[in-house]
Amino acid sequence: MTRRQFMAAGAMASAAWAAGCSSHRGPWESLTERQAQTLAAICDQIVPADDYPSASQAGVVTYIDRQLARHYRRHRKAYALGLEQADSIGATRCGVRLAQASPPQQLQVVMAIEQQNAAFFDLVRKHTLEGYYGSPRHGGNRDAVSWRMLGVSQPPLLGRAQYDLSKGPRS
Amino acid sequence: MKRVHAVIVGAGAAGGIVAKQLSSAGLTVVLLERGPWYTAADCRKDDLRNQRTTVLGNAFGPEDEGNPRVWIDARGAAHIVLPSEGSYQNNAACVGGGTLSYGAMAWRFLPQDFRMRSTYGAPEGSSLEDWPIGYDDLEPFYDQAEYEIGVSGDDSPTPFHSPRRRSLPMPPLPPNREFAILEPAAKRLGLHPFPIPMLRNSVPYNGRGPCMRCRWCVGFACEVDAKNGSQNTVIPAALATGNCELRTRSMVKEILTDNRGRARGVSYFDANGRLQEQLSDIVVVSACAIESARLLLNSKSRLFPNGLGNRYDQVGRNLQGHHYTGALGFFDFDTYDDIGPGASIAVTDYNHGTPGLCGGGLLANEFIRLPIHTLDRLPPGTPRWGPGHKQAMRAWHRRTIIVMGPTQQIPTAEGRVTLDPWVKDRWGLPVARLQGNSHPHTFEIGEVQAARAAAWLKEAGAMQTALMAGRPEIVSSGQHQAGTCRMGDDPRASVVNRYCRLHDVDNVFVIDGSVHVNNGGFNPVLTIMAIAYFASDALLRSWKGTSFRS
Repeated sequence: MTRRQFMAAGAMASAAWAAGCSSHRGPWESLTERQAQTLAAICDQIVPADDYPSASQAGVVTYIDRQLARHYRRHRKAYALGLEQADSIGATRCGVRLAQASPPQQLQVVMAIEQQNAAFFDLVRKHTLEGYYGSPRHGGNRDAVSWRMLGVSQPPLLGRAQYDLSKGPRS
Repeated sequence: MKRVHAVIVGAGAAGGIVAKQLSSAGLTVVLLERGPWYTAADCRKDDLRNQRTTVLGNAFGPEDEGNPRVWIDARGAAHIVLPSEGSYQNNAACVGGGTLSYGAMAWRFLPQDFRMRSTYGAPEGSSLEDWPIGYDDLEPFYDQAEYEIGVSGDDSPTPFHSPRRRSLPMPPLPPNREFAILEPAAKRLGLHPFPIPMLRNSVPYNGRGPCMRCRWCVGFACEVDAKNGSQNTVIPAALATGNCELRTRSMVKEILTDNRGRARGVSYFDANGRLQEQLSDIVVVSACAIESARLLLNSKSRLFPNGLGNRYDQVGRNLQGHHYTGALGFFDFDTYDDIGPGASIAVTDYNHGTPGLCGGGLLANEFIRLPIHTLDRLPPGTPRWGPGHKQAMRAWHRRTIIVMGPTQQIPTAEGRVTLDPWVKDRWGLPVARLQGNSHPHTFEIGEVQAARAAAWLKEAGAMQTALMAGRPEIVSSGQHQAGTCRMGDDPRASVVNRYCRLHDVDNVFVIDGSVHVNNGGFNPVLTIMAIAYFASDALLRSWKGTSFRS
């Protein structure tokens, strides 16, 4: 890399950082607040809370939201349609949006989504489990909570890991 | 650009070795690699983005942008596939190629693997063939690879290993828990288990330290540089001769030929996307089976209208890799000890000699699993989501063992690489189009192997086992890709001769897994390395000082 390229890359990186800070879209990069709430309700049925956090508590919505702006850009439309459909199924069954339904109702709605829109459900299931059990650096699995749940320590060998696995360049 | 003796396309397992052998002998070499040079600092230990789990992309290339391939499915429909998708059959695009991030099993093929057709006969519809060379031809070069790249292990406990002149340069890593569980069980079954030979330092070797036994192994660059690939052995040695220049981010467009039908060099797009010409006396293609075939097919000219070396329509045929099968065992005690690389014990009793089967394959325990790998490897009947799935993850992540192995793949001429007539990559070059499948006998062997794996796990105390054996409708190639520029004595039925030289063009060589006639029941990298030493040796013996004469 020449010095010029290096400076240009640095300038672009800091511009991107600044853009991220001044976003007017709220906390989400890809989703609307309403979409995020619906998604959280679905994710929390896939990985519900027990003595360890649920998917959304561990940051899985953040994970999916970030990836919809990056590696999963191609799935944005599927999410927009699928989440809208989830809300309409919720409205038909419970009279409210999915996020506002009671937990047993949410389970019924998510089972209905699995039946009626299997492709979308499989996508959300895959992304939720990735986010929950994958590397903390992408926003899900906050504090490596799923790894602690499974009894796999982090870092694996104290004093040997040169990297803080939760920091550094994000996806 | 200054003319050199040799241009080598691809800085992977084979290309790195050829670069070192030629430059050490005094030839001037330019080594072209389409990817960058990563270091241990690029390890990153990212469970979602590495070279094995690619849900967020490949860590070591190629990028998803601008590098498509086309896959023709069993019904004939074409799909544009991206490098992070399985049907792309990716290996890697970086200095070191697959050896930067591989699991690093270091198998020698068995003598029978070079004589498959004469041992078993070719199943109808297959293109099973004998190699033009035998195990004895390669033995000295297997040895050279084991010592120069660095292999740890010990195959003395089994009679089912190839004859060797001396033991491996490093002892095996100390056994992990899976080894301790599986070894006595295998012995009770009358098998001959032994530690897997690995291109991984178990003790300090070659100026680098030993494996620190972490969880992030196969698919990752090694944080402590204990995994031996071409990027930390032969390529630095080649550069140290002063005769070799490595150019990264350089994508070769075509091999240039003169009007007498000899190669005069290559044209390539440099790191800034500018088209360059590098003239040379010799061109060595070491781009891995799919890309090597693609480059030959893309090198069209008046004398070679169907691509270089493709006079008899052989380039790209016999694409193969390995059909992996095995079994997953569930135990009522912890089998997981968080000690990498995890894969530790193997048997080669089943590679040959089963009546009714054309070969077999090794069986070994799988590499250490990350939580992400357990998601769909739970006992049959486990809920796919919800509290049941979460509980099952907690119950089973530390209590499974996978035994599996690469089944000897029975190739077909229809499993092949061609050029897609429409899809182009970011440089405007026609991309590889993959089609066909292995011969169905491959899957029959695989099913027998899976049952054997399950029996081993049960003997080791598994409460329950699940077979992992399918009949995929896609030719397996991926990181074990091979076969597309078959080695042979008959120019009508093969692409290169026994010394990896094109039958058609006497100063072009294909030196990588492409030349494998079949791919053995073993991970192929050590054989790729041995062939690189073997072919370099033959090339240098016919090199006449300042130019190459046949």
